[in-house]
Amino acid sequence: MDHISTRAKWLLTGLALIITMFHLIPFYILLTTAFKRPGDFSSKWLFPEYFSLENFSLAWEQANLARAFVNTFVITASAAAILIVFGSLAAYALARRQTKLNKYVYMLFVAVMVIPPLTALVPLYQLVVDAGLMNTRFVAVLNNAAAFMPLTIFLYAGFIRSTIPKELEEAAKMDGASTIGVFFRIVFPLLKPITATVLILSSVYIWNDYQFAIFFLQDSSVQTLTVALSSFFGQNTSQLGLVGAASLLASLPMIILFLFLQRFFIEGLAAGSVKG
Amino acid sequence: MADTLSTSTEQTKKAVKKMKKRQRESSLWWMYLPSVLLVVTFIIYPFLDGIRISFTNWNGFSQTYDYVGLDQYTRMFADPDTWLVVKNTLLYGIGSTILQNIVGLGYALLLNRNLKVRTLTRTIIYLPVIISPLVMGYIWYFFFAFNGGALNDIYLWLGMDPVNALGSPSLNPYIIVFVNTFQFVGVAMIIYLAGLQSISRDYYEAANIDGASTWQKFKTITLPLLMPSITINMVLNIIGGLKLFDVIVALTNGGPGNASQSMSTFMYNLYFSRQDAGYAATQGVLMALIILVISMAALFYFKRKEVEA
Repeated sequence: MDHISTRAKWLLTGLALIITMFHLIPFYILLTTAFKRPGDFSSKWLFPEYFSLENFSLAWEQANLARAFVNTFVITASAAAILIVFGSLAAYALARRQTKLNKYVYMLFVAVMVIPPLTALVPLYQLVVDAGLMNTRFVAVLNNAAAFMPLTIFLYAGFIRSTIPKELEEAAKMDGASTIGVFFRIVFPLLKPITATVLILSSVYIWNDYQFAIFFLQDSSVQTLTVALSSFFGQNTSQLGLVGAASLLASLPMIILFLFLQRFFIEGLAAGSVKG
Repeated sequence: MADTLSTSTEQTKKAVKKMKKRQRESSLWWMYLPSVLLVVTFIIYPFLDGIRISFTNWNGFSQTYDYVGLDQYTRMFADPDTWLVVKNTLLYGIGSTILQNIVGLGYALLLNRNLKVRTLTRTIIYLPVIISPLVMGYIWYFFFAFNGGALNDIYLWLGMDPVNALGSPSLNPYIIVFVNTFQFVGVAMIIYLAGLQSISRDYYEAANIDGASTWQKFKTITLPLLMPSITINMVLNIIGGLKLFDVIVALTNGGPGNASQSMSTFMYNLYFSRQDAGYAATQGVLMALIILVISMAALFYFKRKEVEA
């Protein structure tokens, strides 16, 4: 931003490195904990002098992680698909047609963002029980999609308003294409950058969801990773190595996604905040 | 005369009807119908029904219950737990908001410089954001745990007595604030970085010519032009902090007693452990009101500052 001396630059680099190390502490502790043998209670600051994956294999079996992975993946992918298709459609109508009705509907979505999801817990639970949807992945898909829908529409609508030229659609309309045809063939492909942002943000949110999963997915056959982890933690408060290994495994997909697609994570957030 | 008047109103009515119909059609309402249905079913309807249930003595499972008027509300205001939990919730919301913004802005100012390590530092600071708050809570549990926790290892090496930090009601709410801040400071940092990068360098060059000090430049250029980012961060962090749930479950499960309970975890316990659905719903209404009032107050306060700046 302005010119600083080499000395100051070295000092600031040193400061940045100290901050980086500080922020690595929990990850370091997670690794030392997970890579020890079960029953090794040596200090969490030290790596073991041997190599063991015993915690990982035990955790994988005992916490039913394979099934939890499948459940989490299916729920995340389905909810993200719903968000992208129906969220972009909704945002298109709301951004392009500024009728009175649409202004109210848009305001409704923005207002919903403020409602803390947990305050609806009691009746929602009853609704799900009455509908016979308790312990189904279906309800987790719909519920996560509903929770993330307002933000999705908000992001899509902002992008459509600011970057998609109306003339394109009008030209296609003149050629006799239907509204839905125009949307899917012309508009939707242009939404790719914001679709990437929505996909990433919603995937992280749904993959990590615990608040809803713990209410609706208690049966072990439908448990997601977070639910499996929390019951595993309950059984192993003295075997933290197992919990560490399970935590690391559960977080790995998102960590890998983040390291490879870091630009999308950070640019999506930055763009959203500058425009919003 | 009267006749023509009535026909003309008739005509206007017809015209208005026609216009409304056209407007409805041109609203493309069918495009957002699925999303509206989803949000109404899973958020708006349960939220409104929760208000109704807050006036009952429902236990959460039986078919019958009575409307008890404001009984649950008087009970709530007389319940000392309510005030403890509200106090904790405000501490989590406001405490983490202040920390996340000060630290996040500091990090952003540092990383806005052309340092070789900036991408690395940014990546590591942001990494916890993509990890489940539940997992983050467990990892910090490994750090703060009484038996074999990393913190107590240091205490033992230094020849000091181990501390039961998570079991201490006077300490653990602050640990929860710390963990929440640690996890989400990356979001504040990125938003501030984006804000800083949108400020034109010309301002700083002009200020340099005038011989302004670093602090003067920060106060008169950076801070005012950063107001939109400050608003977003304040509102996001306050809402996030007031809703805190997972981290508490992982670290203390609200204990000891109710010492570190937030409104979210308290409600959860009332409903599932104590079968007190009516009262849980009442606490839910209070929580929604608190979040609404505080986040709106923050939004208006900082929006006004934006205009002034």
